[in-house]
Amino acid sequence: MTSPVPRRVIPIKVEPPSSLRAEERTAVLDACARLKELPGALLPILHAVQGAVGFVPKDAVPLIARQLNLSIAEVHGVLSFYHYFRQHRGGRHVVHLCRAEACQALGAAALEAHAKDSLGIDFHGTTADGAVSLEPVYCLGNCALGPSLMIDTELHGRVSAQRFDALVAKTREQA
Amino acid sequence: MSSLKIFVPLDAAARGVGADETAREIAAEAKRRQLDIELVRNGSRGLLWLEPLVEVEVDGRRYAYGPVAAEDVAGLFAAGFTLGGAAQPHPRAHGPTEEIPYLKQQQRLTFARVGITDPRSISDYLAHEGYRGLKSALKQKPEDIVASVSASGLRGRGGAAFPAGIKWKTVLGAPGPQKYVVCNADEGDSGTFSDRMIMEGDPFVLIEGMTIAGIATGATRGYIYLRWEYPDAKRALDAAIEAAYAAHYLGENIQGSGAHFDLEVRLGAGAYICGEETSLLESLEGKRGQVRFKPPLPALAGLFGKPTVINNVITFASVPIILDRGAPYYQNFGMGRSRGTLPMQLAGNVKRGGLVEIPFGLSLRELLYEYGGGSLSGRPIRAVQVGGPLGAYLPESQFDTPLDYEAFAAIKGMLGHGGIVVFDDSVDMAAQARYAMEFCAIESCGKCTPCRIGSTRGVEVIDRLVAGPNAAEQEVLLRDLCETLTYGSLCALGGLTPYPVLSALNHFPEDFVKSTRAQASA
Repeated sequence: MTSPVPRRVIPIKVEPPSSLRAEERTAVLDACARLKELPGALLPILHAVQGAVGFVPKDAVPLIARQLNLSIAEVHGVLSFYHYFRQHRGGRHVVHLCRAEACQALGAAALEAHAKDSLGIDFHGTTADGAVSLEPVYCLGNCALGPSLMIDTELHGRVSAQRFDALVAKTREQA
Repeated sequence: MSSLKIFVPLDAAARGVGADETAREIAAEAKRRQLDIELVRNGSRGLLWLEPLVEVEVDGRRYAYGPVAAEDVAGLFAAGFTLGGAAQPHPRAHGPTEEIPYLKQQQRLTFARVGITDPRSISDYLAHEGYRGLKSALKQKPEDIVASVSASGLRGRGGAAFPAGIKWKTVLGAPGPQKYVVCNADEGDSGTFSDRMIMEGDPFVLIEGMTIAGIATGATRGYIYLRWEYPDAKRALDAAIEAAYAAHYLGENIQGSGAHFDLEVRLGAGAYICGEETSLLESLEGKRGQVRFKPPLPALAGLFGKPTVINNVITFASVPIILDRGAPYYQNFGMGRSRGTLPMQLAGNVKRGGLVEIPFGLSLRELLYEYGGGSLSGRPIRAVQVGGPLGAYLPESQFDTPLDYEAFAAIKGMLGHGGIVVFDDSVDMAAQARYAMEFCAIESCGKCTPCRIGSTRGVEVIDRLVAGPNAAEQEVLLRDLCETLTYGSLCALGGLTPYPVLSALNHFPEDFVKSTRAQASA
């Protein structure tokens, strides 16, 4: 008779370690609790997290994966696939500048140069005061009234360099 | 009840040039003058160069003023614009809206209500022939509804122009307890905005069309996959869906018929490729938006592996009128195998940009000059890109091509979703060709090699071609690469990127030659 193999207990970490702030963690868990029963829940959850936190923090990924019973790689794969999802904290406001053909036909390239120059940042960058991030976007559906941009969720058409400066100045005044 | 109605569009394009401020000022000025008005936020009439386009309704007739900035409002009141036809002449006045030639010459079937009704009001929708298509569908057998859609000749308006009836018939015939209806509202083509205008200006027509598709195919659940770039459309759709549920036009027992159809909006996250139907389905399932192999067809194994009708916004929105007026009515418009109307979108450097819904068959030139009025800059039109970022750049010599799917295919172009982007003679066509490759590299889903890697190599080879040395050799290489993309890619993104590249190279070769480029910039 052989002696029984001693049972070994492998400790399983209940939750992956994370440096999320308490309110960020709550936002992630809230989004998961509210939406995880939806068929195809991952995109709605990522939208909800970005809506609440402003971006999808790296440490939110294992948390979401665990809630949806997905691997971290699967969640990271989806998060990094879509241009809209941000993986780093941006400015308080995001200027989405259209780079597509219809706006090009009305001087989008010059507006892009002006935007980068006046903000002092490149695409995906954030101004030093933390007010504004600049992101490229490929069509805002405002192709008859270009060049176009969207600040957060507000669309603006026929944007000249002066109008750009005025819009940014107004945006900076907002919280 | 107030007698005077004033309309200011709530459309995003109108709001983007100040419609909200104009509306506020009109309300304030009316109050100052103690005038009792009803301010309606309608959809856009599609005369976008006149936005914000304000309309005053007097004795059932609407009079147009535009563009009306907030600071113009007081002057309009002073000129008596609330009197309609009796008002003093005003530089912003355009007379009765319906008489404006741009609008009068159109044949609005799909856009019949856009700009006329309040998109947030289901009673307004019902008062303007809304839900008559559904009423007719509820009296028919599914096979008969599908037969009507087939007989109408309606082809997919997203760009691929596949006959809608065949798709629907396949789904109807597919076994399975759960089927889906999915609307492709990921309108990513530059130069297009007809989906956005329908969703913001008449969301109920899309809901009605999708409900009919559900009843016709036995699908009880629908999704609208909407791009995140359209927050105004999201608001409009959410409100309309809520109203449709409340009025029993959605849900478990639609209008007491026993039919069941649920509908919700899902947001995309900025991926052009998700306009490709299989990639869209992957995204709806919560995955990376990577293209699937076909077969299986989505009609048989689509969303969550179940039979799925997937069509573009305009396709669904064209269904109610077909069911209401009958297939022959719709089929009577158009030419050849392109039946019905196509909402064309005039965009880019064009004087009168906007939405033009016309039967197939008009020439591109008529559209550009008679409707569009030539370029906005006043310089000659040099090139026109039709059909989005994957469409060919057409030179002036091809402007007489009729707007018809087959006619465009014959010149190695495509009508696509009906977007037309106008460029004047300051355009650098080599830069446009380079951008086409760059865009493909940014938006490639990465699944197939020709698209993923070929697009990046394409940018490099165009740079070398334009730089000069060994230009002839580089051109051979570029053409060879385009052939690989055309025949070796899994979907239309890689497969059609050569259209803008090669059309630019073939029709505008001078822009790729170093010496002429130097002269042009000198």
